[in-house]
Formats: sequence, structure tokens, C-alpha cells
Amino acid sequence: MTSNRPVDTGPLYLRDRDWHPAAYTPGYKTSMTRAPFRPLVSLGSTLSEETGPAFGQSMIGELDNNLIMNFTGQPAIGERIILHGRVLDENGRGVPGVLVEIWQANAGGRYRHKKDGYLAPLDPNFGGCGRTLTSESGSYEFLTVRPGAYPWPNRVNDWRPMHIHLSVFGSGFGQRLITQNYFEGDPLIARCPIVQTIGQQKAIDVLVAPLDMNRAIPMDCLAYKFDIVLRGRRQSFFENRKEGL
Amino acid sequence: MQRLDYLKETPSQTAGPYVHIGLTPNKLGNPGIYPEDLGASPIKAGAKGQLITITGRVIDGAGMILRDALFESWQADAAGIYPGNDPRGPADPNVTGWARVAADFDTGVWQLDTIKPGRVPFPDGRLMAPHIAVWLVARGINVGLQTRIYFDDEPDANEACPVLLRIEHRPRVQTLLAKKQDDGRYHIDFRLQGEDETVFFDM
Repeated sequence: MTSNRPVDTGPLYLRDRDWHPAAYTPGYKTSMTRAPFRPLVSLGSTLSEETGPAFGQSMIGELDNNLIMNFTGQPAIGERIILHGRVLDENGRGVPGVLVEIWQANAGGRYRHKKDGYLAPLDPNFGGCGRTLTSESGSYEFLTVRPGAYPWPNRVNDWRPMHIHLSVFGSGFGQRLITQNYFEGDPLIARCPIVQTIGQQKAIDVLVAPLDMNRAIPMDCLAYKFDIVLRGRRQSFFENRKEGL
Repeated sequence: MQRLDYLKETPSQTAGPYVHIGLTPNKLGNPGIYPEDLGASPIKAGAKGQLITITGRVIDGAGMILRDALFESWQADAAGIYPGNDPRGPADPNVTGWARVAADFDTGVWQLDTIKPGRVPFPDGRLMAPHIAVWLVARGINVGLQTRIYFDDEPDANEACPVLLRIEHRPRVQTLLAKKQDDGRYHIDFRLQGEDETVFFDM
């Protein structure tokens, strides 16, 4: 470890359950049988939530964050984009060493999954997943193709907006988060029942990645910026009191 | 008045039906990207403690067994120390503590091979009963569900566990207990909704 940061072990801030989607959201029909009906049992975090596995650079391959090339070594088809941003905590600090994993449909809106029967073609050179670790400042980046929108069985004519799934692993198991980013300007965002599981427009807005022309590469690819915020931590007991006091 | 400039946690979205593409591509049958999936096992050869196998299913409110569920587990070593960033010091080097467990795509049965964890202190110093922390995702689950696996052959520790004591409706404690079978085997189902709904936590 080159960092002088103290090990993050303090109690986790409470999750704002009104900011997250509710569990039972009839517009997204599958939630109706998979949502717990009883209230969550609430109590402060313990060591079981405040600790978590560590991931090392040695686990990450050179092309792991390059979804255009990481499946066969031949380039995937589609509009090339960079997805980049920082992983921060609720205190606004960049969080280093965070494992960020993504998965997505190909440029036509088809997943590499035997259950996906959408008629868009599979791209033989696109696997659809990537991973990376955040830098010392908490930044990450992926090179990929812009995923296509696709229809899904919910209401008669529901379509998912273009999106990438992101799985993020902080320093504590209780920070574990899966989310999705959407792309600025997509008219399907407002129509998507999964997006609309979130009750507040302000919370939806933070899932929409803006076009970032400063990070785009001329004659090569566009870029989108997506920052991710993990749960914060209270100062741990031992940081502000001397042993024995 | 000044503003409290805390950021808000990024809102959760469902992991969807294709979470395995991202988290366990080899197990799904999409090899070629990563040499192996992360979280294949929470222990290595030589881990101290009692070897156990836990099996179970994830069942929805209509009684259907989920075949697309995936959970992650996180546990202490046999002495009750967490690997990684436990402020109390290093854990058994042969315990990584973390696993990714996918339900079988055909039967919906999942299996976790591990060691029974030791007792870990609650913030006030009382000992929690041996448990494995679980974070469960699937299509239709909008925010990953936090629960725990406890063991029904630890009655004294369970009786004194400050987390289990917080469950007011006492019969619901049963939903968290893996039932001992033979040869170190345990079974527990996660029920997402309904009569025997599993206790889920906000911790």
C-alpha cells in the first residue's frame, strides 16, 4: 500500500431509503412478487458491514476495462465511447481501490445471454463485461460501445433506455451497490418503469451521464462522465480517542 | 445558514436478469474475458475451522424458485476476525471471507462451501452469534437485500446475539437459521415475500 490514508473502518452512514427505489414498484411488474413486505430490521452497522474484501491490481488484466477488445481481441461493432468518472463517498472523498464491474448489451441492444431472444444480432466480438479498480483519486474509465436500447416484457411496449449496469464494491460489505447509468438526452429514460422505480426526479438525474466533450477523443470516440457515490462513514471510535481513555 | 454538503449515495437499480454476464461470466458460459470469476470460494486449502456446506433456494412471493438470483457472502474466519480491513488485525490467511454464489440456472439451488465463522463483537462489545452476511440481488429486486445466515446448532450464541435480539417478532428469527443436516451440511431458503419472509436488514 502506498497510501497514507487510515484504514476505513468507521460505522456506515444510514442509507436514505426514500432516495433509493422502493422495493414494491408495480410499474416494474417483477418487483411485485420479489419485494419484501415486512419492514427492514434497522440497526447500526457492525464489523460485518464495516469490513469487506480487498481487491488488488494483480487481479485485473490489461484489457479488462476495454470492452471493445477484451472478448476476442478483434474490435466490437458500434459507436465507441469512454465511460469515466470517480467513485466518491458521501463526504466527497475519492475512494481508491474500488472494484467497478460493468455489463451491458451490445450496440444493437442484445445481451450475450441464452435467455436474451431479442432479434438484434449478437456481435461475435463483444462479450459485454469489464472491470477495473479506481485510482488513488477514485477515478475509473472504460472503453466500450454505446449499448443499444431494447424492448422487454413488462407492459406491451416497454423499452429499456440505453444503459450500462455498474457493480461497485467499497471497503465495507455494507457499501455494496449495483446501479445503472443512462445517457444524456435519451427519450426512453422518462418512459422506463425500472428508472421510474426511483421516486424522486433528483435521484433519477444523478443516474444520467452527461456527454463530456473534453474527455472525448477527436476522430475516435465520445465520452460520458458518471460519478458514483458510496455510503460514507462516521469517524471510527479509535481515531479520535487515545487507547485507554 | 450554511449547507450540509454531503453527497447522496448513488441510487440503486435492479441487477436485472443478466447480472451473471457481469459478475460470473465464466459460470454463465461466456468464457474468454477473465481467467476465472471473482469470489469462487471464501476459503483456501488449510483454512482453520469446521468445513461446512450450506445449500438453499431463493423463493418469491408466489412460491416460485428463482433461477436468476445471485448473492454475495462475507464472513469472519474461525476466530471471528474478518480478512482485509478488520481493525483488530490479520485473519487466517487461508480465509478470504467473500464469495459470489449463483443459483443453479436449472434448479435454482445454490451451494456455499466454507468454514463456520467465529463470533464477532457487536459495537458495544457483546458477541454476535456465528453468522455469514449476505447481499442478494436479482431481477425485480430494486435494492440489494441484506440478510444473514445463522446456524440452528448454536442455540446459546443465538440466544445472546444482539442482532437477533433486535427482531421483535421472535418467530421470524427462525428465517435466519440454517438447519443442520448431516456431515456438516446446512440448509436455508431465502423467502423474499409472504408468510415465512426472511428477515432483511437495514444496517
